[in-house]
Amino acid sequence: MKLLRILITVGGLILIWESLTALLDLPKFMLPSPLVVAEALYSHAGLIAENALTTLIEILVGLFLGLVFGMVSAVLISAYRPVKQWVFPLLIASQAIPVFAIAPLLVLWLGYGLAPKIVMSLLIIYFPVTVGFLDGLNRTHPAWLNLAALLQQSGRRRRLRNTLNLYRYIKIPFALPSLASGIRVAAAIAPIGAIVGEWVGASSGLGYLMLHANARVQTDLMFASLLVLTVMALLLYYLIDHGLRLALPWLADQTDLHSQQRSL
Amino acid sequence: MEPEDSANSELSEPIPDTSRDQGAPAVGLNLKLKELVFDGDTILTDLDLTLSPGKITCLLGPSGVGKSSILKILASFLPPPESSFLVTTDGDPLKGRISYMDQQDLLLPWATVLDNLLIGDRLRGDTPDTARAMALLDQVGLTKWRDARPDALSGGMRQRVALARSLMEEAPVVLMDEPFSALDAITKYHLQALAARMLAGRTVLLITHDPMEALRLGHVIHVLSGHPARLSLPLTPAGAIPRDPSDDALQRLYSEIMTRLAGEPVDA
Repeated sequence: MKLLRILITVGGLILIWESLTALLDLPKFMLPSPLVVAEALYSHAGLIAENALTTLIEILVGLFLGLVFGMVSAVLISAYRPVKQWVFPLLIASQAIPVFAIAPLLVLWLGYGLAPKIVMSLLIIYFPVTVGFLDGLNRTHPAWLNLAALLQQSGRRRRLRNTLNLYRYIKIPFALPSLASGIRVAAAIAPIGAIVGEWVGASSGLGYLMLHANARVQTDLMFASLLVLTVMALLLYYLIDHGLRLALPWLADQTDLHSQQRSL
Repeated sequence: MEPEDSANSELSEPIPDTSRDQGAPAVGLNLKLKELVFDGDTILTDLDLTLSPGKITCLLGPSGVGKSSILKILASFLPPPESSFLVTTDGDPLKGRISYMDQQDLLLPWATVLDNLLIGDRLRGDTPDTARAMALLDQVGLTKWRDARPDALSGGMRQRVALARSLMEEAPVVLMDEPFSALDAITKYHLQALAARMLAGRTVLLITHDPMEALRLGHVIHVLSGHPARLSLPLTPAGAIPRDPSDDALQRLYSEIMTRLAGEPVDA
């Protein structure tokens, strides 16, 4: 049913696109018809695939590093007051700098290869992950914290180990839904960093290919690249969303549960 | 404290049904509070509350009268007010010898029933005592639900898991804050009987707003009423718990408690 809806939507959009190009009789370099784009996609398949792979690697590595750094930062900020007081304001302030503005600098410092694009993705992804996870870590329900404190009191007093265990068994699991929201946002915006990085300076990648095609008025190739990028981004988001659902099975029916509890 | 702990857990397998492990003697306590003030409003004065060792003491009162605050001060969820005074019968601090059960079951939604019982061990970094957890699950009749997540359980079953968890630590003092008030009458009735059996030998403070629950489970019952609230003289209904609510004597006490709750504090 869901698949059918998607098919109808996509089919409808293609139909509108096709009829627009036919009705307005637009030249190929302004808006190529879907058929022309499909042709370009087919004839340049090797080129597009090669460049798509570069972009995919940039996105995946950036996403991975962004997630790791973001999660570690969130735990450190929530666990240690000095980190929160000194580092967190810096983190917020850093978001005032548009990432696009520092893209040329990254290319200057890191060269034309994968590195500046990965760093761009990382910078874009880092913030939503950190903030989402931190929000979850800071909002553990006090009743559970009280209970955990009471349970830990009856043991030997080891502060570090107790803190670690509190995070491992209570705080982090309770923060996972917020982390998942952060990861979803990250997955949706991850391609932006890679593409912007490629626009500023690259020798391969879909962003590079699009810029190149645009300059040579190969609009059909540009659209074909854009199409591949869109499909890639959608697939990435879908896979991550699906994975998160599988990883957090207790969330699906939690809302039911609370209403059930109240009615008892 | 540590060596005794491990000795106890070895001795207590399997856990006897009626009395808890013989090793640690029950501990009683006495809490004195001159007054309890929230936002400039004195809600409680001259509290002198004694929990007798191995007995269930019920604290009964309308909501907002400060009974939960008393429990939270004992559990150190709230900082003790100035001029408060707490002693135990054996002179050792109360800290680390309390377990707690809330009206909400506070089960971890992602963990199985068994893992929920073992959370205390895990949080302390001890080896999880699965044998003890299984024995307690058997006592609350949930053995076959050990691998279920809490969302698969009914409200009554969840509260039974919470009860079992509050007994995992072998804490001599159990604080219960309206543990059964979210349950329907029949489930509540069964759970009270189960609790009476499982809590035998422990020093329990049971906060409730249900006079019948207090009469069914309390060895000693205090009524907290008025504004600022004062503690009534203790009522000590006769008979072993859980008592039968249809008993005539209980019915008389019931109306007496209702009178106290309703207004004029029956003062000393």
